[in-house]
Amino acid sequence: MSTPSALLASLTLCATLAAPLASAATSEPPENLDLETMWALFQAQQAEIAALKAEIAETRDDVSQTRDQVTITEEQLTATADYLEQVDRSRQSSRTSIGGYGEMHYNNLENDADEDIKEVDFHRFVLFFNHEFNDRIRFVSELELEHSLAGDGAPGEVELEQAYIEYDLNDNHYARTGLFLLPVGILNETHEPPTFYGVERNDVENIIIPTTWWEGGAAVGGRYGNGLSWDLAVHSGLAMPTDGSSAFRVRGGRQKVAEALADDLAWTARVKYTGIPGLELSGSYQYQQDASQLARDGLDDGELLSVHGIWNRGPFSLRALWAEWNFDGELVELADADTQTGWYVEPSVRVNLAGGDWGFYTRFEDLEGGRLQDRFEQWEVGFNYYPHPDVVLKADWRNRDHDLASMSQRDFKGFDLGVGYQF
Amino acid sequence: MRIILDSIIDRAARALLAAAALVCAAGALAEAGVYRSPEAFIEQAFPDGAPAARALWLRAELRDGVAEILGRAPTPRVRYWQRDGRTVWVLEEIGKDKPITAGVVVRDGAIEAVEVLVFRESRGWEVKYPFFTRQFHQARLTGGRNLDQPIDGITGATLSVRAMTRMARVALLLDAHARGTVTDLATAR
Repeated sequence: MSTPSALLASLTLCATLAAPLASAATSEPPENLDLETMWALFQAQQAEIAALKAEIAETRDDVSQTRDQVTITEEQLTATADYLEQVDRSRQSSRTSIGGYGEMHYNNLENDADEDIKEVDFHRFVLFFNHEFNDRIRFVSELELEHSLAGDGAPGEVELEQAYIEYDLNDNHYARTGLFLLPVGILNETHEPPTFYGVERNDVENIIIPTTWWEGGAAVGGRYGNGLSWDLAVHSGLAMPTDGSSAFRVRGGRQKVAEALADDLAWTARVKYTGIPGLELSGSYQYQQDASQLARDGLDDGELLSVHGIWNRGPFSLRALWAEWNFDGELVELADADTQTGWYVEPSVRVNLAGGDWGFYTRFEDLEGGRLQDRFEQWEVGFNYYPHPDVVLKADWRNRDHDLASMSQRDFKGFDLGVGYQF
Repeated sequence: MRIILDSIIDRAARALLAAAALVCAAGALAEAGVYRSPEAFIEQAFPDGAPAARALWLRAELRDGVAEILGRAPTPRVRYWQRDGRTVWVLEEIGKDKPITAGVVVRDGAIEAVEVLVFRESRGWEVKYPFFTRQFHQARLTGGRNLDQPIDGITGATLSVRAMTRMARVALLLDAHARGTVTDLATAR
């Protein structure tokens, strides 16, 4: 294109562009619009177009850079999220785990001899250390400091309550060996404070079933999709005293796998059904070859039969347990301790009140233990308050009434307070 | 002495026979293949072919909501699969001391299926079976981010039951955000 024609075309363009502006300013075009003015206007428009083009190019560069930066940031964010997920996964799947539970009690009781029993006791401080060697072999342990202080003359003990190796035979069957909790009753295997009512554990699972009860041996078991499970264990036995203040007291027979006599072993079998959520039905049988570990001492073999049921429906719950020992032997029969029986029933309701989680219960127990002082009935009522699902504050009131008049001075009533936790 | 020994052997033999019979009976009733890989679970949820995985970033209100349910800070992102009003989530939560991996299918804000994919705990094995997980069927989230139907616990498996319940609640909350129906939750009872 030649210069004049280019100039003409530019002027036409300028006129076209300027016309609306001029029209906006004045309705009529200026009368004295000469070529020189038009040229100046053309030059100004050209400069402005060039500036706009440069600005557009710069903006395009900025957008491109921003897009690149967004891509980089997305990649960094994804990498960070991947890393955090890995950290979270590795934290959760650590092969070694630590847990524990503990409980402190305050008892304020008054017996019929007008004696006050006021005591505060950090009853149990327990730590779990578990390790998974691989997906099928694991180690489980539980170490307890009881009554806060152990040693010569101190009221407490340091106890190894679990330490066993468990092997998954397949998805449904296991085998374990070492020191383990026996499969009897409700509390013996599950006794973390938030899981049961009452500051003190129930007396049937203390006097008849000597919870916490562990022995050394080997066990196998199965767990199935219909909710049925079974356990069979061969283990060290009881060594119950046959004289003194604890004669024929089952709890006094626990050897705690501490250089335990193993002349006569014992075995325990359990069948449990949990196939309906909220329902648990279980029965255990145990045979002691010689409950004193001494032949011809008047206490020979013994059998324990225990059954229990748990029914949870909505806020309501009902627990009931019955257990009975039958011992053979002339001396134990003479002492009227050959049959030792206990049962309890415990209805409860758990509700949300004023933003808090509360559980209210009552429990009735009837015991016929080996010792005269272990033969009584007891009513208990109380509540648990859970500020957190794993933390519990407890309060209860107990009234114990012994069967025999000679033991009536041991009757008591009073209240207990407690705090417990698990993690 | 001989009599006593015979008695012991007789009782032990009877017990072992009873146990063996029980194993056979229980084994016959047992369900096989209780475990499933996350991939297999997703394929089962979408028989016509699984859609591509999406990522839901947990920001602001959603992050706070999930943290409140879990009682700890969640990971910043959760992968999920979505098609035709259904979302599928594979989540992990610690029961007593080991993580439980569970798959949750949500359809239109209600749980369609919950399945334990990997169970590593030594206690609480009951939660991996349908007799427990079917309790979550059709559960929805309330305005308070709780399930609208009760989940009955299992004695001795309290922590595993709680972990499963937390995962169900989280899946429903994530589903509401993924489908943009969070406002419906605010009015849910």
